[in-house]
Amino acid sequence: MSEAIAPGVWLESTGRRVLALLDELGRFSLLVARTFRVMGRRGFPIRETVRQFESVAVRSSTIVLITALFTGMVLALQTATALGRFGAKPYTGSFVGLAFVLELGPVLTALVVSGRVGAGISAEIGSMTVSEQVDAIRALGADPVQKLVLPRMLATTLGLPMLTMLANLLGILGGLLIATQAGIGANFYYQSVINVVTLKDLVSGLVKTLAFGWTLSMVACHQGLATTGGTVGVGRATTRTVVVSSIAVLVSDFFLSKLIMMF
Amino acid sequence: MMAADSTRDRVPLIELSGLEKAFGSNRVLRGVDLAVFRGEIFTLLGGSGTGKSVLLKHMVGLLRPDAGRLSIDGRDVTGLPERDWVELRKRIAYVFQGAALFDSLSVKENIAYGLREHLDLSEAELSVRVAECLAAVGLEGIEERMPAELSGGMRKRVGVARGIALEPEAILYDEPTTGLDPANSRRIGQLITTLRERLHVTSVVVTHDLELCFAISDRVGLLGRGRLLAVGTPEEIRASGLPEVREFLAGDLDAKKDLWSGGAGPAPRRAPSGGE
Repeated sequence: MSEAIAPGVWLESTGRRVLALLDELGRFSLLVARTFRVMGRRGFPIRETVRQFESVAVRSSTIVLITALFTGMVLALQTATALGRFGAKPYTGSFVGLAFVLELGPVLTALVVSGRVGAGISAEIGSMTVSEQVDAIRALGADPVQKLVLPRMLATTLGLPMLTMLANLLGILGGLLIATQAGIGANFYYQSVINVVTLKDLVSGLVKTLAFGWTLSMVACHQGLATTGGTVGVGRATTRTVVVSSIAVLVSDFFLSKLIMMF
Repeated sequence: MMAADSTRDRVPLIELSGLEKAFGSNRVLRGVDLAVFRGEIFTLLGGSGTGKSVLLKHMVGLLRPDAGRLSIDGRDVTGLPERDWVELRKRIAYVFQGAALFDSLSVKENIAYGLREHLDLSEAELSVRVAECLAAVGLEGIEERMPAELSGGMRKRVGVARGIALEPEAILYDEPTTGLDPANSRRIGQLITTLRERLHVTSVVVTHDLELCFAISDRVGLLGRGRLLAVGTPEEIRASGLPEVREFLAGDLDAKKDLWSGGAGPAPRRAPSGGE
């Protein structure tokens, strides 16, 4: 249809979208505020937090390991070839090390976790919402934010840096496997990583993952609690979680990196 | 109105006046006035989508009214913040339509949920209490089972057991027999009356199950078009001359469709054929 849309209609639909977005942001902010408020309240759900931490840190480790290992391998393969053209092949270790510690480790891990843990959180809370289990928590005189959101937020925020450390290690190890085949000695590779990557680099990468973990878990919980429309709604909430949290991770990564560089 | 004489000297536990609630443009409740008295079994009848469950959820603060007043035990709780509802929810239990058992917890932990939240009981005391609640609903020894392993009737009864764990003053039942076979429905009906006799609880039952309604109720209210159309004892309701009541009791589906569909005003418009 090539007919031009009347400006009034366009304005109305855009306005409606902006309002819906503001409404969503408002609800999200309220959830964030409530999550902070319940932190110090009596009856902290320790058992649930430990259970969630296990789900985040332990059960996500395999997929993080595989992702990091193979990304490290392919990165070393490409870098060794590319740097070789300038006679800079010996810098492969430094390059892989820095790339992983600063960017690839934190971002890849956050993306993998948003797909695995974030989707899981919103599917679980979403099913609980549509089957009235969230209302049942309220009806029993308990707070769903304290019982469901807080443990998942803490587990993901604390679990993500740990998984990222693992990813950094495995990525650099993957690079080593390839580097030795490209004619770079294992010891030389190790030294070139150690000499270039500083503690500040490592910490700046890990600080970012705290923000990523917090963001993606809060997005997932928000989507889960806002689920409507039965099982179809659960699917919708899960998809939205992965899309929104992935974008949030990638966009905030840029700004956080810029911010950290100022210090 | 109809049951004024039999209830004049009784104390209301839950009182609603002029309660209104809309979801978007759908006005579900358009001014409901109702008093539930201590110790009675009050049944709220009405077709699907008339707002019975919506009304029930207001009584424990799961939904907030757009207008009107709600008081519990003589105290106005209309604008009560979520935190302050906690004390009231210990006193008023809600049994959900689909039982709403926590899938990730065993039957025991489901029943113990409110106990762990509000009381400082030892594990041994907790087990005893859970066993008592399960015995009260006739389901001894299933503490360690998971909700997914239970039949529909058992799930509903575990839902009741979870409701009575904190020894509430009132229990609100949302469609307690929907989806159950006749034997299980009767069992739930007996359970509601037994609990009233044994624990002296006030019960509000939302249902469209006429058999259950007339078997257990002290008073019955009929909800339609967002208002209470009639209130009275089962006999008074049966003998009522109101056309809406007669039509509902006769189970006239066409009449129901017009009468109970939300949005249709006092003079229901007939949808064009095939329009719905």
